[in-house]
Amino acid sequence: MQSAPAGIARALLSHMDPTLKIVIVDENPIRAAILADGLREAGYTQVSRIEETNNLLARIYTLDPEVILIDLENPSRDVLAQMFQVSRVVKRPIAMFVDQSDATAIEAAVDAGVSAYIVDGLKKERIKSILDLCISRFNAFARLQNELERTQTALSERKVIDRAKGILMKIRRINEGDAYTLLRTTAMNENKKIAEVAQAVVTAEELLK
Amino acid sequence: MTEDRLRIGFIPLVDAAALIIAVDKEFAADEGLTIDLIREVSWSNVRDKLNIGVFDAAHLLAPVVIASSLGIGHVKVPLVAPIMLGLNGNAITVSPQLYDALASAAEGDLADPNISAKALVRVVRERRRNRAEPIVFGMTFPFSTHNYQLRLWMAAAGVQPDEDVRLVVLPPPYMVDSLASRQVDGFCVGAPWNSLAVELGVGRILHFGCEIVARAPEKALAVRAAWAANRAEIMPALLRAVHRAAEFVNDAGNRDEVAALLAAPHRLGVAPELVRATIAGELRTTLGGPVRSSPYYMVIGRDGATRPDPAHAAWLYAQMVRWKQTPPATKLLDAAIACFRPEPYDAVFGNPVASPDLPLDHIGAFTGPPFDAGNIFGDVVVKLAMPRPS
Repeated sequence: MQSAPAGIARALLSHMDPTLKIVIVDENPIRAAILADGLREAGYTQVSRIEETNNLLARIYTLDPEVILIDLENPSRDVLAQMFQVSRVVKRPIAMFVDQSDATAIEAAVDAGVSAYIVDGLKKERIKSILDLCISRFNAFARLQNELERTQTALSERKVIDRAKGILMKIRRINEGDAYTLLRTTAMNENKKIAEVAQAVVTAEELLK
Repeated sequence: MTEDRLRIGFIPLVDAAALIIAVDKEFAADEGLTIDLIREVSWSNVRDKLNIGVFDAAHLLAPVVIASSLGIGHVKVPLVAPIMLGLNGNAITVSPQLYDALASAAEGDLADPNISAKALVRVVRERRRNRAEPIVFGMTFPFSTHNYQLRLWMAAAGVQPDEDVRLVVLPPPYMVDSLASRQVDGFCVGAPWNSLAVELGVGRILHFGCEIVARAPEKALAVRAAWAANRAEIMPALLRAVHRAAEFVNDAGNRDEVAALLAAPHRLGVAPELVRATIAGELRTTLGGPVRSSPYYMVIGRDGATRPDPAHAAWLYAQMVRWKQTPPATKLLDAAIACFRPEPYDAVFGNPVASPDLPLDHIGAFTGPPFDAGNIFGDVVVKLAMPRPS
């Protein structure tokens, strides 16, 4: 992790504004933390998170941010649409970050699953780096999650295969290697995955208990 | 990917029925179209993904088609509605507490929106006298018939929606919880959320949307205007598939099948009985109470409901002007009307035969003079000058 002074130095070098007030609205606490850390490492000092979307507008108005980042899986995105309305509760007008000139930026953001809103009048260039960081962190998070899912699937498949082998060894009185060969040849003959055949064995054993 | 593979976004609501049935009954496949339906969680997502071309078409709030085309509150991307997915389908539901307050303030039958609106004025005044918090109503989006129906109803008796009460946007899945936890006192939302509040005993249906506006333009199948021009060759097949599906939904003999298909986990993911009751227009207004029914509760696939109506576009634009979402300008009105042009529809299905039962002004609001698309600005000026409740 980068130290704060280095982050601020980098901020000064890149002409960005480390005092921009940024709010992250994300019901996924891990992803929100990853993004918040990234922004702090990049030198932004005023980053807050909202994970609870009850009374979302009131929470946002209390924090009075200049930039709002929200994940696209969040139904509360529609709540933010109200900020564009002329209304007495609005402290300062908020605009969508994107416009027609930013087609690639919008597509990249939508693809990553994030959307950004900024106060009206704030120059887009000033938050370009925020959005870029946001997109890369969201993508990194999605990759991590996929990997985790794959690992979990592989783990649970191995458990099922082990149980099926145990059942076959007991019932057919064969050794472990033969039990595995039996599962594998059956899977090949039936054009199925070994884990599927193993699951069938486990299910059958439970039914016949 | 073949050329005729379309990605269409939808929100899990009963009025996405024509789209879902067109795909799941293979009416689209019969027309040579492969459609991937993608479920979304917010109207903002649907609009943005349609705008940037992630979606070819979308189930969209009819007013958003116009707001996006005029660039109100967001990026300006011209959209058009070549076919409508449904009229009506909303209801106004209030907490038991607000219902009781309205009932004791009412002079007459609360089922009459004129009576209930007047009762609301009295409750609003009383709250103000007691220095209590204003009444809070939830609705689904700034550009929605839900917002306009609530405003039309309360303003009829003199309640100023932006000053006397608070209107807040709430995602439909959060409506019922918010009512139960008393964060809102009532809401206007589509199906099945009103019935859910009733079944949980946390809300009472005060009015069906059709009691406020007889023919409210609710959802459109929206496409980018540029897409409509570039893919004109595909349009008749798409319209035929959706039109056939809408008529299938309307046929009472198909209700069980439609309810089962819509209820599936990857479509709406709710109980089929709720879907069926919504399409039939038979809703309990209180827990264990009698069923209130209306053939107009939700109109899909009949009475010209699928045909884009320029008068509806003009009416929606008039609501946007009335509630200061956009300035009054003939140029903007024309742009709004261009969103709901019926010509491409008529080219496929022929010119419609006018039904004598339909409201002459195409809208049928419960209050005020008939809607006159030629006099929007005069009408808005009159409404803005209406007296406030003292």
